[in-house]
Amino acid sequence: MLENLQEIFSSPHYTNTLPFLWRGMQLTLLVTFVGVFIGFIIGSFIGLMRLSKNKVIYGIATVYIEAFRGTPILVQALFLYFGFSDFLGINFTAIQAGILVIALNAGAYIAEIVRGGVESIDKGQMEAGRSMGMTSTQTMRYIIWPQAFKRMIPPLGNQFIISLKDTSIFAVISLGEMTYLMRQYVSTTGDPFVPYIMLCLGYLIITIPSMVILRRVERRLDV
Amino acid sequence: MITVKDLHKSFGDNEVLSGIDAQVEEREVVCVIGPSGSGKSTFLRCMNMLEEITSGEVIIDGESLTDPKTNINKLRAQVGMVFQHFNLFPHMTVMENVTLGPRKVSSKDKAEADQLAKALLDKVGLADKAQAYPGSLSGGQKQRVAIARALAMNPKVMLFDEPTSALDPELVGDVLGVMKDLAKEGMTMVVVTHEMGFAREMGDRVIFMDKGVIQEEGKPEQIFDNPQNERTQSFLSKLL
Ligand SMILES: Nc1ncnc2c1ncn2[C@@H]1O[C@H](COP(=O)(O)OP(=O)(O)OP(=O)(O)O)[C@@H](O)[C@H]1O
Ligand SMILES: [Mg+2]
Repeated sequence: MLENLQEIFSSPHYTNTLPFLWRGMQLTLLVTFVGVFIGFIIGSFIGLMRLSKNKVIYGIATVYIEAFRGTPILVQALFLYFGFSDFLGINFTAIQAGILVIALNAGAYIAEIVRGGVESIDKGQMEAGRSMGMTSTQTMRYIIWPQAFKRMIPPLGNQFIISLKDTSIFAVISLGEMTYLMRQYVSTTGDPFVPYIMLCLGYLIITIPSMVILRRVERRLDV
Repeated sequence: MITVKDLHKSFGDNEVLSGIDAQVEEREVVCVIGPSGSGKSTFLRCMNMLEEITSGEVIIDGESLTDPKTNINKLRAQVGMVFQHFNLFPHMTVMENVTLGPRKVSSKDKAEADQLAKALLDKVGLADKAQAYPGSLSGGQKQRVAIARALAMNPKVMLFDEPTSALDPELVGDVLGVMKDLAKEGMTMVVVTHEMGFAREMGDRVIFMDKGVIQEEGKPEQIFDNPQNERTQSFLSKLL
């Protein structure tokens, strides 16, 4: 035990893992940012479709949301990267597949965030806009959306953090993000303890500041 | 200016308006009174299609609201609406609240819209609040901004749904004052109100509604001093 401890403190892996962590973190961040951004666009459309009075539009949105919220993201990644590309003969790169999975998956959750945000705006706002002769699209764009978006920021921030952590499952499609590279490192060195600590720190170094910023933004929005 | 013919409105099985016929002339001020739940708001909201009309007809300046050929947005722009709870846009300044309609609906440029808004804010006594956000205003100030916002569309008719009911008593006077000015300028107005003083003073005509129909209408003196309908009598006696 004591020997072990000493070994841990003097381990070469702290510095040796850094280049891998750094390389993996860039991919992790790339896939997360691009994925969540596209997910926001998807989620906005799907979320607004969820508010539609048209049964078909509402139905499509509901099926989408339930399908993606009801299946594990690991399965979605396997399906898209292996199953879907095999079936359609499209060859996604791992990065493309990863971005797509994050986008589609986060899109489903963001759709519910969008729906909730828009629904939380007082009905009188829409009525005031419409009574001035604005179309429903104009009213949404100038009156409802800016107010709803403000309320969406905290849950969107949460979703960003969730999606960031979700990218770790892309180790199974060899995407080359943090978790994948660290697993490779471990399998070549045969030494798991310190590298996996470093991996945890690699995530925390992004998620903790994100959460701190989010808290601040939340507090500022509240007043 | 406004003709309402056999207007019916139901929410599901609940018939709220059961055949309303009414006429509002140009430059006329019509006050609508009646007990809570009698359908006053619904009646008003049918006049700019905020509520879908179940059957019957509403004609504004010759255009029927229920005619599928009518451009409802264009028509709504000509009918100003003032709500009990103001419904100002909280994320915009007072100035932006007032200029939004002129810019996006009437396609005025910024300078023109700003000039119009300044004149209107001046008129409602709030020129100094142009850059304030609604959240920092009193109820009475909010309602006056809401009136300016509606006027910015240069409407032919103004609809008011209990514009002073959500206000502290000491702020009611400012809003009523603005409405009186409007009435004197010849604006056509339909006002749902509990302010019997206003109805008596400014109303050209008073409509008493109950149970989804117009029970009685006439000149204010006639309705207030010599009501014929039993329900009107009982409603007014409860107010005293
Ligand atoms: N959107 C709606 N859905 C279902 N029922 C409604 C709706 N709006 C109004 N009603 C019903 O219609 C009836 C008339 O409502 P309305 O608001 O027109 O009354 P009112 O005369 O304006 O009353 P108040 O003086 O309280 O404002 C009420 O019984 C109300 O419950
Ligand atoms: Mg009402």
